[in-house]
Amino acid sequence: MAMTQTGRPTQTMGGPRPAVSAAKPRRKWFTWRKSTPYLLILPAVLLELLIHVIPMIVGIWMSFIELTQFFITNWGEAPFSGLGNYEIALDFSGPLGWQLLRSFGLTLAFTLLTVGISFGFGMSAALALQRFGRGRGLIRTLFLIPYALPAYAGIITWKFVLQRDNGLLNELLMNLHLTGDRPFWLIGSNAFVSVVVVSIWQQWPFAFLMIMAGMQVIPDDVYEASAIDGANTWQQVRHITLGMMRPINAVLVLLLFLWTFREFNTPFVLFGPTPPESANLLTAHIYNSSFITWNFGLGSAMSVLLMLFLILVAGLWALWNRRVNRDA
Amino acid sequence: MREQLSFRIFRWVVLIPLGLFTLMPLYVMVTSALKPLPDVQGPFEWWPSNLTLRPFVDIWTTVPLAEYFVNSLIVTISATVFSVIIAIFASYAISRYRFRGRGAFSGVVLSTQMFPGVLFLLPLFLVFVNIDKALGDTFLYQTRLGLIVTYLTFTLPFSIWMLASYFDGIPRDLDESAQVDGASAIGALFRIILPSARPGIVAVAVYSFMTAWGEILFASQLTNSESRTLSIGLQNYSTEVNVYWNQVMAASLVVSVPIVVGFLILQRYLVAGLTAGAVKS
Repeated sequence: MAMTQTGRPTQTMGGPRPAVSAAKPRRKWFTWRKSTPYLLILPAVLLELLIHVIPMIVGIWMSFIELTQFFITNWGEAPFSGLGNYEIALDFSGPLGWQLLRSFGLTLAFTLLTVGISFGFGMSAALALQRFGRGRGLIRTLFLIPYALPAYAGIITWKFVLQRDNGLLNELLMNLHLTGDRPFWLIGSNAFVSVVVVSIWQQWPFAFLMIMAGMQVIPDDVYEASAIDGANTWQQVRHITLGMMRPINAVLVLLLFLWTFREFNTPFVLFGPTPPESANLLTAHIYNSSFITWNFGLGSAMSVLLMLFLILVAGLWALWNRRVNRDA
Repeated sequence: MREQLSFRIFRWVVLIPLGLFTLMPLYVMVTSALKPLPDVQGPFEWWPSNLTLRPFVDIWTTVPLAEYFVNSLIVTISATVFSVIIAIFASYAISRYRFRGRGAFSGVVLSTQMFPGVLFLLPLFLVFVNIDKALGDTFLYQTRLGLIVTYLTFTLPFSIWMLASYFDGIPRDLDESAQVDGASAIGALFRIILPSARPGIVAVAVYSFMTAWGEILFASQLTNSESRTLSIGLQNYSTEVNVYWNQVMAASLVVSVPIVVGFLILQRYLVAGLTAGAVKS
């Protein structure tokens, strides 16, 4: 993995030992010109080591020790447990492994729904606003507001909307006579619907923004030429817009997937630290397992598994993307 | 060119429901912030029957909102400024030089961006607690300094990645000719690149600010009553029996307005800055 190699730039900066350069005095091992890029990235490399590489190594190490509440402040004494934490996490017949598997399946469903619908919304809105004329800028701005809003402000407003007795949603359902009784949206199985809807509300403007920007790259004369050839709007959408957007869409869907799969804000603000079972997304589950029972070893093992899964997804995506590009 | 009727129908079938979906919570936020408490406790009122500005006064005393605000400002601005400055140098190197380790470095920067925050939260928590224990004082655990460090975990890689692609869009001839004329690499960066990259730098700074301003995961464990930021503090408008929904909405509005207005004013830069990177990759 690339992570372990960050140390390299700083090491290469020193170049060969001075002893070597003494033997060949004409080839200086250190020149300002050659070392400029290393000096430029040095602060970033040091900081990356401090905030990413070292915590990551510590995190992986934590997953191999029995780091329970007794050892949080004297972690050096926590007993080594080998793959013990992983065995617990992946033992699907045990209660903890079963909960993890359940949470994983739930998160996958949540992610596919959120990404699919957000992408669909973004694409539809971008298409609808193509050659819209006056008012396009205003509508675009309105659509982007959820994206600009701080996450918690948007989600906490939804929490109010979804309240059983004084929320907007149930009032609307009652006014339309769609339900006889006020359903609960933040507990029970409806919580899943709520968390999907709220995260779509936050995600789709980003998809919309990226797709809009991608569409601007397509030159106008492509459309004009096809119009002369007699293509109607739908044919243009299918053959030109969607066709030329494919590379951007591929990147966008991957990004949305990776972000959505680790979503934490929505369940945390909607339900508090302990979400109902139907909305117990993976990051929230790991968070809970770590901070409520203070079992950091198990929490780290689950984080590592989550990371491995995301790497696997990104890797498969890269393979697929390369093959599609080669065939095209 | 004429558009077909079906496309014109599609346009409105898409835009109207999406508009309602997007704006509905915003409508709830604004109108509920103007209602007295009893009116947000009963069934939802579509139109406020008793308008009041009282919640906007009360929000500052129900919880120490001003303190949360100051904490959020300090943490967010520090993380943003620090990561943008470091990113300017690193991105310049990535964009203008081919050197050994370049691929590895940008690989790390890109990959850490997609890793889940919880992966970093647990080790940072542990490291902070133990550093503080070793030093015999609280420097990092649940302090603003500690929170700034954790916020760099996402603002820094993001800033480097976005700025590097922005620098790539600036013609090389510009800084190369400056270097031929005798300017150093740093001179070319400051005199040529930075002035023409101003929109990109503004975009990166605003995005870092926005992400840090809305961050919840780290703030939920790594702040205490003194270092509490808005993202967690906003959830304190409730007692055992009561949630002051009108105040929650008023406070949400107050903490959102500066961000949303800033975003809308700078929208053109931001969209260009963000998509420059994404479209290219």
